[in-house]
Amino acid sequence: MPREVDRNELRRLVEAGAQLVEVLPEEEYAEDHLPKAVSIPLGRLDGEALTALDRNRPVIVYCWDIA
Amino acid sequence: MSPRAAWRLESLGFVEVYEYRGGKLDWMAAGLPTEGTNAKRPRAGGLARADVPTCRLDERLGDVRNRAREQGWDAAVVINSERVVFGLLRAKELDLEADQQVSQAMRPAPSTFRPYVLAEEMAAYMRDHERVSVVITTSDGRLVGLLRQEDVSG
Repeated sequence: MPREVDRNELRRLVEAGAQLVEVLPEEEYAEDHLPKAVSIPLGRLDGEALTALDRNRPVIVYCWDIA
Repeated sequence: MSPRAAWRLESLGFVEVYEYRGGKLDWMAAGLPTEGTNAKRPRAGGLARADVPTCRLDERLGDVRNRAREQGWDAAVVINSERVVFGLLRAKELDLEADQQVSQAMRPAPSTFRPYVLAEEMAAYMRDHERVSVVITTSDGRLVGLLRQEDVSG
């Protein structure tokens, strides 16, 4: 079950090597994204997750807010 | 959107999946840095005057007025020990009866804006609403600084 993290835990996980993924449309990622985040828009996740990300390392996803 | 993404990654065999529910809004509202084409554009948080005088609810208005004006300010922000904003004293309020408490004179619960708002958006808002200054806070209400119209115009 995915676990929820706050921004402090996010920073700690990313420093420890977690992968950070923004799932918003690419244009929104281009304007602003969190440091070290990669862009995989939600609609492309099925096709790209297994090639762009390492399944055996922690991964954190985020969008604009909870919606 | 991110809950669906997190669950989908788990179903694809990812062993340790986390979801940052606060998302980009929470990150930027806390004044944390971002990367991207907007990152170098001026924002409210970077332009706000962090050196705006501050005071507590139970201070004497006259003392705050003197302190603020000695520092060349015509405003002061009322905060608590956690820097959470309770009110604003503009020139109009600073000029009220000196012996009253700040809590009686202040303009309570002023509208606040987040640090990530672009300077040009703030400029348009302040012009349209005839605001000389606005308070910039993080999403948890802590003071970042006071943004004056002159900081964002031109």
